[in-house]
Amino acid sequence: MNIAEFTLLSKGLTVTIALLMAALFLAFIRLIKGPTLPDRIVALDLIATLIMGFIAIYAIGTNKPVYLDVSIAIALTSFIGTVAFARYLERGTKND
Amino acid sequence: MIEIIVTILLISGAAFMLLAAIGITRMPDLFTRMQAATKAAALGASFIFCAVAFFFSELGVTTRAAATIIFIFLTAPVAAHMLGRAAYLLGVPKWEGTVTDELRDRYNLEKGTLSSKSIDSIKKIPVYKQP
Repeated sequence: MNIAEFTLLSKGLTVTIALLMAALFLAFIRLIKGPTLPDRIVALDLIATLIMGFIAIYAIGTNKPVYLDVSIAIALTSFIGTVAFARYLERGTKND
Repeated sequence: MIEIIVTILLISGAAFMLLAAIGITRMPDLFTRMQAATKAAALGASFIFCAVAFFFSELGVTTRAAATIIFIFLTAPVAAHMLGRAAYLLGVPKWEGTVTDELRDRYNLEKGTLSSKSIDSIKKIPVYKQP
């Protein structure tokens, strides 16, 4: 099974990657602009989800399902990273 | 047939993710941005993983895709809640058009607990300053 056999699906993959690139660009704008630290953490979380989508699309495009494991690993890391950032922020509110 | 289903799922998932990104760029304050990003991105990612499961049509791949979807749906609200609580306690500025703030005067900042009745907070929520 080769991806080049599906003409509609290869066009759809191109459109999907274009949409995800636009989404990544917008999330990156928010990551740079801020204005507060929690805004940047939300943008980072969204970027991790977008990259999971990218990897899933790449698995379809190359017809190799092993890449899904990478996606699961990114989901775990992004969750732990967000929770760690939230704990760090909450710790900073107590003046001790 | 599978091809059409996969293409529709992929494009709608990517469109939901793009909506999340537009929301995170255009919304006026942190909390509205967070509700835009978390829910729409989780839905878009689950659509894309459904497309993966339909495309490969194998037991192992479908199980992994389903596990990823369940993991996203379990962790996205938890992460958003923790981050929103931390940001609220930090005093991140709200949009000037905010109508109601039901948590005001209900947090005991000394103990870090929340009560159902309005209490006289010993410490007020601080004004946000960049850490």
